[in-house]
Amino acid sequence: MSTPTMPTPPSLGRLQRNGLAFGAVFLLGLAVGFFLDRHQFFRSYLFGWLFWLGIAVGCLGLAMLNQLTGGLWGLVPRRFHEAAARTLPTMAVLFVPVLLGLGSLYVWSRPEVVAADEIIRSKTAYLNVPFFVARAALYFAVWSGLALLVSRWSTQQDGGIDPARAGRLRGVSGVGLVALSGTTTFAAIDWGMSLAPHWFSTMYGVLFIVGWTLSALSFTIVLMARLSRESPMSEALQPGTVHDLGKLLLAFTMLWAYVNFSQFLIVWSGNISEETPFYVQRMHGGWGVIAVVLLLFHFALPFALLLSRPLKRHARSLAIVAGLMLVMQLVDLYWLIGPDLLTQGRGHAPLRFHWMDLASALGFGGLWLFLFARQVRTRPVLPLAEPAVRALVDGPQGAEVVTS
Amino acid sequence: MTRPLYGLLAEFRSPGDLVRAAHEVHAGGYTKVDAYTPYPMEEVIEALHLGHSHVPKLVLAGGVAGLAGGWGLQYWTSVIDYPMNIGGRAFNAWPAFVVPAFETTVLFAALAAVLGMMALNGLPQPYHPVFNVPGFATASRDRFFLCIEAADPKFDREATGQFLRGLGAEVTEAEE
Repeated sequence: MSTPTMPTPPSLGRLQRNGLAFGAVFLLGLAVGFFLDRHQFFRSYLFGWLFWLGIAVGCLGLAMLNQLTGGLWGLVPRRFHEAAARTLPTMAVLFVPVLLGLGSLYVWSRPEVVAADEIIRSKTAYLNVPFFVARAALYFAVWSGLALLVSRWSTQQDGGIDPARAGRLRGVSGVGLVALSGTTTFAAIDWGMSLAPHWFSTMYGVLFIVGWTLSALSFTIVLMARLSRESPMSEALQPGTVHDLGKLLLAFTMLWAYVNFSQFLIVWSGNISEETPFYVQRMHGGWGVIAVVLLLFHFALPFALLLSRPLKRHARSLAIVAGLMLVMQLVDLYWLIGPDLLTQGRGHAPLRFHWMDLASALGFGGLWLFLFARQVRTRPVLPLAEPAVRALVDGPQGAEVVTS
Repeated sequence: MTRPLYGLLAEFRSPGDLVRAAHEVHAGGYTKVDAYTPYPMEEVIEALHLGHSHVPKLVLAGGVAGLAGGWGLQYWTSVIDYPMNIGGRAFNAWPAFVVPAFETTVLFAALAAVLGMMALNGLPQPYHPVFNVPGFATASRDRFFLCIEAADPKFDREATGQFLRGLGAEVTEAEE
C-alpha cells in the first residue's frame, strides 16, 4: 500500500503562524512583568503554563484511551491528539522557570518557613526541593515517552495495519493510562495542592484528571468544528462522530460536577478545621462569586444545553458549548490555585486578577497552539489505514453500509 | 371471507438493499411505514425519517419529577416534619440533600424512559398483522423487512406492490 497523500487543512498553517506571533506578544508582556513584580510573574506563569499543559496531557490520555476502545470519536481526531501529546517535551522545558521561582510559589521550599512551621516540618520527607524536581522529571519522562512511542507506532500503521504492532499499541496504552493517572495525580498534588501545604484532599488528583480530560475534549471539539469546512476533515467528520464527542462532553461535564461535589460534601460533612479552610476561602467574597459562576456556567448551563440531541450532532453548535467549557476550565483552575498562590496557604486573600495572569494564559495559548500546529503538519491528518476512516473518506461506494 | 389488508411487506436479503429502499420509499412520499431488522439500524430510521420520538420529553419530565420529589421529601422530613439537630448543622442541610435527590432524578428518568418507550410503542403487543406473513420470523435472524401500511394516503395495492418489487424486494400481503 502506498503512503496516502492527503491535503493538510490550510487553517493549520495560519494557526501555526498566528499562534507564534500572538504567543510572542503576550509572553513578551509577561517577561516585562518579571521586572515589575517578580512574585506575581511566577504566579501568573504557573497558572498559564498549567492550563495548556492540561490540554496536552489530556490529549495523550484520549489518544491512549482510543487505542484501547476504538471508535470514530477518537479515530478521526487521533492525529491531533497525538500531535498535542508530542508538545509535552517542550512543555517540560517550559517548566524550568517554575523551578527558578520555587521560593515565590511554594512556602515549603523556604527553609526559614519550614523551621517555624511544625506541620510543614512533618511533611519534608515528601515536600523538599530535590525530590520535587526528581518527581517532575519522572512525570515528564513518562508523559513524553508515552507520547513519542504511541505517536510513532500509530503513524507506522499508516503504511499498513500490522496486527502485532496494534497489539503492542494496545498494551502500551493500557499500561500507559495507569501510569498517566498515577503521575497526573502526583503532579496535581505537587504543583497545585502543595501551594497550601497544610491542606490535603485525596480527591485533588481526580479533579485534575477529570478537568484536563474535559479541557482536551473541549479543545478537540472546537478544533474539529473549525476544520470541518476544509478537506479532508469535511468528509471525515460525520454527525454521528460529532454526536459521540458531544455525549463524551456531557459525561465529563457531569463527572466534573460529581468529583467536585464529592470533595465538597466530604469536607462539609466532616466539618473539621484541617479541611474546611479550602472552602471557607473559596466560598466567600469575590471567590464565592467565582464559585457560583462555575456552578452555573461550568455545569448547569452546559449540562442543560448538552441534553439536546440536535445540538450534540451539529459541530459548530457543539463547539460553542466546548468553547465555553474551555474558558470555564481556565476559571476553574484560577479558583483552585488562585487563592493559595496569593496567600501561600496562610490566611485569606480577596479575589484579585492581575494583567499578568491574562498575559500568561494567552501567551502560553499562542505558543502551545504554534507547537501543536507544527506537530500536526508533520504527519497525515487522518489515520487512513484504519478501515473505518478509509470508508468515510472514500465515500459510500468505497464501503458497504457501516452497521454498528 | 377475506380479511382486510394491513399492508404490503417487502423482504430484502441485505441491509444495504433495505437502506436504499428506505430512501426510495421516503422519496416516494410514503409516511405510514415501518422496518423490521435483526439488529438496530440507525440508517433505516434516518432514511424513513422515523426518529422523532416523544420519549426524551417523558424522560425530562420524569427527571424533573424525581428531582422535585426527592428534594421535597428530604426538605419536608428534615425541616418541617421532624427537624433534628445533627452536629449543629442547619435543618435545611442542602449539601446532604443533593445525592439522594440525584438518585431519585436518575431513577424517575430511567423509569420514564423504559415505561414511556413501551407505552408509546404500544407494548406489550402479543399480536401484530405482520406475524401472519410466512417467514416473517427471519426478521430476527437474517432478513430485512419493510412494511407500507394500507392506511397510508399514497397506498395503492397494485402500484405500491409494483414500486416495492422494483426496489428488488419479494412482496407479500399482510392481512389483519
